[in-house]
Amino acid sequence: MPCRIAVRIQSEPFDTAAEIADIGRGDSDVGAVVTFSGLCRDEAGTLAALEIEHYPGMAEAEITRIAEDAAERWPVSALSVIHRHGRIGIGEPIVLVVAASRHRQAAFSAAEYLMDFLKSRAPFWKKEHRVDGSAGSWVDAKEADEQAISRWE
Amino acid sequence: MKLVYFAWVRERIGLAEEEVTPPDSVTTVHELLDWLKTRGEEYAEALKYPEAIRVAINQEHVRQNEPIAGAREIGLFPPMTGG
Repeated sequence: MPCRIAVRIQSEPFDTAAEIADIGRGDSDVGAVVTFSGLCRDEAGTLAALEIEHYPGMAEAEITRIAEDAAERWPVSALSVIHRHGRIGIGEPIVLVVAASRHRQAAFSAAEYLMDFLKSRAPFWKKEHRVDGSAGSWVDAKEADEQAISRWE
Repeated sequence: MKLVYFAWVRERIGLAEEEVTPPDSVTTVHELLDWLKTRGEEYAEALKYPEAIRVAINQEHVRQNEPIAGAREIGLFPPMTGG
């Protein structure tokens, strides 16, 4: 059975528990569900929020391509990804990856692969809103994120 | 073709998108960036470090040696910071 892939880009918060319940619904062959949630940090109290910009259309398309690659590598039953845009407050969720499979290893690996590629291939950019009201800067891409991809090659 | 800009590339150029018609001599992404830099100070500033610019043609990532023939939409943006 082909992997069910669902990708949503939205400004609204999401309900992680509901997403976990949804991914296994109607598929009695799912034995493992792995989730990753990415939250907005305050960077030692200096950040008030993040503003996330995205490339509409390409953001969905690129995450879908990454999910399709993951589904070719591991026997996963379903992959769901939600990524938010707009203003995200401290502690709020930014991204959710849910991976479902028969056995746990495929779901763990696919979720990790998806996040590694999403970080430096999905067209999103973070801008800082600072607590002190000063002009925030764009968050720089990290070399470590780029290197994280190379281990899958 | 339509050019779309994001994050600090958009801010420095001062536009989110525009229609352009590069001369026939511009055949690759790299040549497109060089040509854009001649269009004004904002462009020169935004594209000062071309190695820091990521490019998508028709919403798919490409390298800067990619030909631009057939491109409907070219996105120019900084390295991505999703997740």
